[in-house]
Amino acid sequence: MMAHSIFFYFFSIIAVISAIMVTASKNTVHSVFFLILDFISISCLFIMIGAEFLGMIMLIVYVGAVAVLFLFVVMMLNVAQQKNQWFSSKSSSSHIPIGLIISAIIFFELIIVVGGWKYKPDLIDPSNMTLNNNISNTHSLGQVLYTDYIHIFQMSGMILLISMIGAIVLTYRQREGIKKQSYIKQISRERSEGVEVLKVESNKGVKIDD
Amino acid sequence: MEYINVIFQEVYKVLFLLIPVLVSVAMIVWLDRRVWAFVQKRQGPNVVGPFGLLQSLADALKYIFKEIIIPASSNKVIFIIAPIITMTLALIAWAVIPFNENQVLSNINVGILYIFAVSSLGVYGIIMGGWASNSKYPFLGAIRSAAQMVSYEVSIGIIIINVLLCVGSLNLNDIVLAQQKLWFIIPLFPMFIIFFISALAETNRPPFDLPEAEAELVAGYQTEYSGMMYAMFWLGEYANILLMCALGSILFLGGWLSPLDFYPFNLVPGAIWLILKILLLFILFALVKAIVPRYRYDQLMRLGWKIFLPLSLTYVVLTASYLFYFNLLPTI
Repeated sequence: MMAHSIFFYFFSIIAVISAIMVTASKNTVHSVFFLILDFISISCLFIMIGAEFLGMIMLIVYVGAVAVLFLFVVMMLNVAQQKNQWFSSKSSSSHIPIGLIISAIIFFELIIVVGGWKYKPDLIDPSNMTLNNNISNTHSLGQVLYTDYIHIFQMSGMILLISMIGAIVLTYRQREGIKKQSYIKQISRERSEGVEVLKVESNKGVKIDD
Repeated sequence: MEYINVIFQEVYKVLFLLIPVLVSVAMIVWLDRRVWAFVQKRQGPNVVGPFGLLQSLADALKYIFKEIIIPASSNKVIFIIAPIITMTLALIAWAVIPFNENQVLSNINVGILYIFAVSSLGVYGIIMGGWASNSKYPFLGAIRSAAQMVSYEVSIGIIIINVLLCVGSLNLNDIVLAQQKLWFIIPLFPMFIIFFISALAETNRPPFDLPEAEAELVAGYQTEYSGMMYAMFWLGEYANILLMCALGSILFLGGWLSPLDFYPFNLVPGAIWLILKILLLFILFALVKAIVPRYRYDQLMRLGWKIFLPLSLTYVVLTASYLFYFNLLPTI
């Protein structure tokens, strides 16, 4: 158990420090890199408590896809050059009250969640769940997700689909007068359409444009 | 004392895996250039050592003794970390590749997810290198490669789902053992083709080497790198290619299983079969590099999102309904 607790403190200290550095670092791109470090150490913590599937999915979805998009946006918008000194500049100090209110709300929500664990332990009592130790983590997750929680699972899938369609509709615009390559047109071109035999008189030339 | 013993044992095992992988990466670079040359009726590297086998060693020596130049306006820490990340990620994925039924460094339950996660992290080395160089060409290369790798990961993930439907386990050992009767390349042949092409795109190989297209971007994200740091990018890239070949042979070609299950072939150790399959796939990679011209960027994106994604999704539905109808779904 010694090694276990050493690793636990190692990963959790990295997670906490990098979470602080996400907000504290001046360069926005560095913030995203610290966010990635945070995700990775949290997925290590997941693996340590035996939730290997969740840990790996965390890596694939958050680090492999979401954070790449974050990084993409941050680099493209060129916000890296702006000095991110919210605590010293005057123009952005008006955001501080709103930020404080939101963080207070999140803090109280967290207190309520933790309080629920503390004072109503039978709600999350693991002995209520039928866990089979012979099957792997992934199998047991699937057995719960696709039986007891199938409606919630399907509904969250629907919400994701709708949000995806919404994002596409919002950003899709068709511009007029743009040349588009049509593969079917290109492939189905015949010799008779493309080549024309002309009789050229000498010293006259041919008009091919019309 | 007990801990120290365990640690030493693990270190020995890791070295026993890593050193062959690194040596074979060097050899595979030679093989790549050789195949490329033979397709174009050239000789290729044939001067250093027998058949030019030591060419990669000579190249590596040259890189080691060259000066490392760090651009003045670059972000130095990230600039140095980027090649290290590429190299490390390319090597740590080998921990779960099974070379025989029990010859695997760590036989974890979610092996395939681990490989998928590590290969999806590979994009960070490139993005960090491109951004930290603080120069136009590397930055363009990094952005191209980020978009490309994220797009093709999606279809690779769905192809893996196809295989997992037939296996019923995320363990790489189980995936290989499920192919004892029939390699998955036969029922899932279209998926194998799509996997092969997506692997080309995922590893930035030609015809999808847009992140480092010489004609447009000098050398893409590697433009500002020199000496050993460039060599680390290069080694990481080839280790990734080998890893993709290994993944392809485990998912579709039966991993360490022998193709003919009778007397003289049974005696050959599984690791040799796996290595032969990896080599076969790698020679295909090299042939594609020599034969096919580079894609245009919009064609690349179209291929990934509009062709491979719907095709592989349709194949998931087909595989699932076939297995369900004939009651072949794997039990736990």
